[in-house]
Amino acid sequence: MTGTGRETTRGAARERGSARWEARDGARRVTEGSPGGIVLEIAGLCVDYGDGPDAVHAVVDVDLAVHRGEVIGVAGESGSGKSTLAYAATRLLRPPGIITGGDAWFYPEAGEASSRLNLLDASAETLREIRWAELAIVFQSAMHALNPVLSVEVQLTDTLAAHRPEMSAAARRERAGELLEMVGINPDRLSSFPHELSGGMRQRVMIAMALALEPQVVIMDEPTTALDVVTQREILEQVIELRDRYGFSVIFITHDLSLLLELADTIAIMYAGRLVEVGPAKRLFRSPRHPYTLGLLSSFPPLHGEVRALSGIPGSPPDLRRVPSGCPFHPRCRFSLPRCGEERPQLVAVSADGERRVACLLHDGRQSPPAELGNPDAGSVPVAPMAAWGPDGPDRSLPPLDDTALSRPEEGVTPHA
Amino acid sequence: MSYLGRRVGFYLVTIWAAITINFLIPRLMPGNPVQLLIARLQGQGTLSTRAIHALSVAFGLETHQSLVAQYWHYWVQLFHGNLGLSVTYYPSTVVNVIATALPWTLALVGISTVIAFVIGTGIGILAAWRRGSWLEAALPISTFFTAIPYFWLGLVAVAVFGVVLGWFPLSGGLGQGMAVAFNGTFISSALYHAALPAVTIVVTSMAGWMIGMRNMMVTTLGEDYVLVAQAKGLSERRVMMTYAARNAILPSIASFALSLSFVVSGAILVEIVFSYPGIGYVLFQAVQNEDYPLMEAIFLIITLAVLVANFVADLAYVFLDPRTRQEA
Repeated sequence: MTGTGRETTRGAARERGSARWEARDGARRVTEGSPGGIVLEIAGLCVDYGDGPDAVHAVVDVDLAVHRGEVIGVAGESGSGKSTLAYAATRLLRPPGIITGGDAWFYPEAGEASSRLNLLDASAETLREIRWAELAIVFQSAMHALNPVLSVEVQLTDTLAAHRPEMSAAARRERAGELLEMVGINPDRLSSFPHELSGGMRQRVMIAMALALEPQVVIMDEPTTALDVVTQREILEQVIELRDRYGFSVIFITHDLSLLLELADTIAIMYAGRLVEVGPAKRLFRSPRHPYTLGLLSSFPPLHGEVRALSGIPGSPPDLRRVPSGCPFHPRCRFSLPRCGEERPQLVAVSADGERRVACLLHDGRQSPPAELGNPDAGSVPVAPMAAWGPDGPDRSLPPLDDTALSRPEEGVTPHA
Repeated sequence: MSYLGRRVGFYLVTIWAAITINFLIPRLMPGNPVQLLIARLQGQGTLSTRAIHALSVAFGLETHQSLVAQYWHYWVQLFHGNLGLSVTYYPSTVVNVIATALPWTLALVGISTVIAFVIGTGIGILAAWRRGSWLEAALPISTFFTAIPYFWLGLVAVAVFGVVLGWFPLSGGLGQGMAVAFNGTFISSALYHAALPAVTIVVTSMAGWMIGMRNMMVTTLGEDYVLVAQAKGLSERRVMMTYAARNAILPSIASFALSLSFVVSGAILVEIVFSYPGIGYVLFQAVQNEDYPLMEAIFLIITLAVLVANFVADLAYVFLDPRTRQEA
């Protein structure tokens, strides 16, 4: 009986696998509001630039889970570590960047822990197979992301050739044409070279390239920053449409929080290499919990609703070589408490459903947070009573992502240091 | 293609200018080859005035002709492939002298230049790809060899491998009394004689290619498209060659074309040191004997070679870099 049971599971897994490959015909749709299991889980990730005492801690102990079909937006100022996070998780970090701790778990079958795989430990060959087939990246500058001496066709088909050796040259060519059509470019542009395309077209080619192998996760590193607003809008709409059709997850990195509000399901705000607030996009927008999030939200005018004064954030991003003690944001924070300069806040859940997390001492329950940061949570669940936290500080009401990962001695890293 | 048309037009004008200057310069200089030849032949007895006149005609130096008439005559002779008589190798024609010497130079210097380029560029690619490996240590060593004057390295090579060890011949391009014939003995003897000069050229010129390519590679490896290629899960070889090296090599192409054009002039000092029967050695003889017709012809050939090589480089760019195909 057990034997057949296992057979069934394996068969189901195989079916799921083939469903993914058929999905390019539009067969698969993700049901709104119900993200699938986790596909990528970043746990306790730390990245330094340089070595020894002069090392710059660009990413410090970041935990982030990406669910199937979810658009997760990572926002922050320049140098906040958002791109470093994405490159480190895919092991594309260039020297002098060094991953000093943490894990990046990839779940080939979404949510099934048994088949998960640590990208940071994977062999070069495994990594090469997963790259692009499951984890594709759209880079910031479309101008420089395409090889200037190869035609669009070669650049689209060499990915297919590397990962699907069984495909014939004609089939690869046909698929390349389909991909261009998918992003609204005439397939006769296959023979074009990058310099013959406009900036918007190049970025579309990059997106088509990213989707060539139906990856589960697409990382977009400021994909529209170099484009004008009209093109930017078109491309974003296309990304969302494609996401709805194919159901991949997107990690969208940008400094433009207003973009994320329309685009993302979940938003993660980074500051000085740390996550300071994570939560569902709409709830984060209506009731920001971290003063930095509030600052970012006050830095651009709302398209709808009443006009309000733009305030921005005083000061400038911290020098990562000299991160302020305690909460790294405290010198710029208008709500800062005396102990903000001494205690380093941890990212903890601040809503009963655990979906909202913030790293701010204002929410540790010892005082009531300022009115601006205390808007009722737009989520259906009432805000958890903060006073439930013990004297030793908040316990992590979020289920720990991976206990073993956080306490592996060989990493030589103390998490939450 | 109008791009090619414009290039060809440019080269035709350049060739015309080069030939004209080549015609004018010796005529603007004091003295003439006939006087030299007279001085040379004087030792064998006095020359009659008729003989002197005959020589003047033979060298195209009848002074009563106007410059324009001489210029016209020069072009006619040029199109007939007649570049005059050599003073040094009198009574051989210049064309014959060059035809005998050129193949030796093309084979020795040409092949060595290509080998140096291929090896140097290859090591450059690998050294940049594997930063910090032992290949990077090869850079200063080869720079050291570049800093050594190559004729001096040639002398050392002759002294060590020719004189002391006796592994290689001291001079010449062929064994004693051998004739040019395409058979096994000829080829092996030619290779045997070419080995030392070839190694000297390769060792001294390789480092330049190596350093240039390595530096360009390091720059190119920082480009986003190389990162994209890695993110695409392409094989390491494809990322290295098709994405990085393919772009990094573009600046090297122009200098390679230029160095190929100088193959024709031969590595003069190497050919002198090894008494190699190539163009460089002939040019050296021509200069020593004030052999104007020969020098003129060699300079003409060098000029043409530079132009042809540049043209080939232009074509190569069109082929290798799609951005140059754009109509400006």
